[in-house]
Amino acid sequence: MIKLEKRPQPSRLWTVLAPLLAVLLTMVVGGALFWFLGANPFEAIRTIFWDPLFDPQFAPFSRPQLLVKAGPLILIAIGLSIGFRAGIWNIGAEGQYIMGAICGAGAGLALYPSDSVLVFPLMILCGALGGWAWAMIPAILKTRFGTNEILVSLMLVYVAENILASMSSGLLRNPEGMGFPGSRNFKQWEAAHNAELIPNTGMHWGVVFAFICVIGVYVMLTRHIQGFNIRLTGDAPKAARFAGVSPARVVFLCLGLAGALAGLAGLFEVSGPAGQITIDFNSGYGFTAIIVAFLGRLNPIGILLAGLLMALTYIGGELAQLMLGVPGASIQLFQGMLLFFLLGVDVFTNFRIRLTKPELA
Amino acid sequence: MTDTLLTIEGLTKAYPGVVANDDVSFTIAEGEVHALLGENGAGKSTLVKMIYGLVKPDSGRMTLRGTAFAPNEPRAARAAGVAMVFQHFSLFNALNVAENVALGMENPPAMRDLAARIREVSETYGLPLDPYRTVGELSAGERQRVEIIRCLLQDPRLLIMDEPTSVLTPQEVDILFETLRKLTGEGVAILYISHKLEEIRALCDQATILRHGRNVGTCVPSQTTAREMAEMMVGSAFQPPERAARALGDVALEITSLSAKSPSEFGTSLKDISLTVRAGEILGLGGVAGNGQDELLAALSGELRSAAGTIQLKGKPVGRLGPGARRRLGLLTAPEERLGHAAAPEMSLTENAILTAAQREGLVRNGFLNWNKARGFAEAIIERFDVRTPGPATVARALSGGNLQKFVIGREVMQRPEVLVVNQPTWGVDASAAAAIRQALLDLAANGAAVLVISQDLDELMEISDRFGALNEGRLSDIRPTRRLSVEEIGLMMGGAHGMEVAHV
Repeated sequence: MIKLEKRPQPSRLWTVLAPLLAVLLTMVVGGALFWFLGANPFEAIRTIFWDPLFDPQFAPFSRPQLLVKAGPLILIAIGLSIGFRAGIWNIGAEGQYIMGAICGAGAGLALYPSDSVLVFPLMILCGALGGWAWAMIPAILKTRFGTNEILVSLMLVYVAENILASMSSGLLRNPEGMGFPGSRNFKQWEAAHNAELIPNTGMHWGVVFAFICVIGVYVMLTRHIQGFNIRLTGDAPKAARFAGVSPARVVFLCLGLAGALAGLAGLFEVSGPAGQITIDFNSGYGFTAIIVAFLGRLNPIGILLAGLLMALTYIGGELAQLMLGVPGASIQLFQGMLLFFLLGVDVFTNFRIRLTKPELA
Repeated sequence: MTDTLLTIEGLTKAYPGVVANDDVSFTIAEGEVHALLGENGAGKSTLVKMIYGLVKPDSGRMTLRGTAFAPNEPRAARAAGVAMVFQHFSLFNALNVAENVALGMENPPAMRDLAARIREVSETYGLPLDPYRTVGELSAGERQRVEIIRCLLQDPRLLIMDEPTSVLTPQEVDILFETLRKLTGEGVAILYISHKLEEIRALCDQATILRHGRNVGTCVPSQTTAREMAEMMVGSAFQPPERAARALGDVALEITSLSAKSPSEFGTSLKDISLTVRAGEILGLGGVAGNGQDELLAALSGELRSAAGTIQLKGKPVGRLGPGARRRLGLLTAPEERLGHAAAPEMSLTENAILTAAQREGLVRNGFLNWNKARGFAEAIIERFDVRTPGPATVARALSGGNLQKFVIGREVMQRPEVLVVNQPTWGVDASAAAAIRQALLDLAANGAAVLVISQDLDELMEISDRFGALNEGRLSDIRPTRRLSVEEIGLMMGGAHGMEVAHV
């Protein structure tokens, strides 16, 4: 008989091993999936994980995309991980991302066609504020009325999507756009453009912010009392209250930070790679970031690596669609598998398997 | 009366890293009250769980009235005539007594018949209980009666009781003993688990003593002194705490007409509590569990706020302050629940040291943690309070209850409090660790701190406190000097026996 037995201490080895094993299992099962779809599994895996980085034909284009995609994922996931550490489940980063983009872009467009150097910093500020404000809604409802932040934040995503649709075809529509939905293009307006900082690297301000956040949050969680209080709240809420931590403050802090970072990610995306507010400029980063946060063990360094890996599956996935003709949904399935296997393998961090003889009744 | 009911031969049960029971053998005769004695972790619970079918032994065998007995689930044990009253009740607060009893039955009869049966059994055995009262309103003693009656309705041959008196007032204990004697008169055997030696001497015919999972001896309790039994349990002679004569200083903690609503629905609200504790003094507050102990501790720790003037620390009103601000002023507390309240289970001992000592020990500067200093403080606690652990990096949940309790109490004591409030400081802690904790509290008072000890262990309170009061339904009794108190007086202060005739003194 197979028995699961709780470990006296969480295994350090498995904490590191679990994500690697999850990636491996995803490759195996995902490979089988592609095989059923009629593609050569080895070729599919190579196309997703190897070609974007090293294939001489694709790499020059794909490699910069790695940072472009990883930047927002890391930025959002870092914010989410703080809340997840404290047991606050913000599932609505996608909505905060959209609202950050709308507010930041809106603030910029209000000043069009100014060429002041202050335009872009102002947009950054408003982007963060927009995401923060959107996250304050579940925070206030939770602390005031005890509502569940999972449901509220998730539902607000759909509200945000509708606001986005209305904005891109209404208030923020490009007056010179001949009636097409979508705002002015920031790529054509230097003062507000989140341009590539070093040519052909994909490095833009959003990536810089993501790296700063990785370091900042790492320091906060390991060295600062605020990070300690967040971890304490996640482990034992009653002990946190005994220590003098106000539960409401933690809710506001975690949701606020996550919202602000998601809002920043949205602003950097809309003013850079996406270029303009459109009905569907958001591409699900806010949801994928949840996978990134867990894949990175809610650890800032882990999230950095997980963000890069997830970005790779995005780029490689597109390549696989193009080259092998596998459907787009199979790529999403592939990404979902990663989280699925991670959560499954994660059991071994806290438990070990023991084989026992069947007991006699 | 001398027929053997249950024979246990060579029962062994090992868990990873620990042998809970090692080759335990003894017999229980019909109509006998058999005590199972031992410190926490000696293997008492595992042993009775094997008898009740909750745990399967690795080896060894049992016979019940001459036939092999190997229950693989509690239902089988119950069918064979074994019933058990657990230390922690499994009752639904929102349901009434009869409904609770019905939930535990295979084929419950109609509610009216069941209520009649409950009345009948409760009167026969002197355990008055109204079948239609909601369990949430009952005292701990009454809840225990529900559990006992639930067992008696099965006509058991063997009744297992796990520390039944830990929640009872002295008067309620007397009533319980009467009931148990009636049962043994009818030939029911009782396996009685406790570590209260005087009780065992008064009630039990035989005692089996466990230490580290082994049967280390059997004795007839009435012919053995409590000290001899204690030494068999501990395995060595142990030192009762010493109290040094000390001079009392000024009033350090003053509570004036404190009323506070309990944050939990079935908690007990505090009603008009007033008391003072002077520097150098230990005030003991007794009372049956659930009479406002947790709420009083929360009101003092700052988790539950009250009007500013109701709580004064050396003349300074602190009622509105939060836990951190009160700690800075020198009011430290240690709640009853170690894991999850006093300590965070998945965090290391170093981190748990930061939990309450961040400010007073200077473990935080400008918001940044000083890990070296925190580790040093955790190591100092481990060293001085003899906490058995591989080191300060160990997570709290990996420690045994007693060791974690030593750590939690040590953490507060070593911060040199002006006022220390502890709830159940030695609950579930073995005798030698308990003695060490009590000694630390006495030393703290001797050095001029005011100490408020809330406990359900009356012996403990009599041993260490200068004055004694009792909590009953959120109210505080008069506070009297401990030296002149008799057991009857204490019982009356604790609120008598909840709706029973009380021997009026």
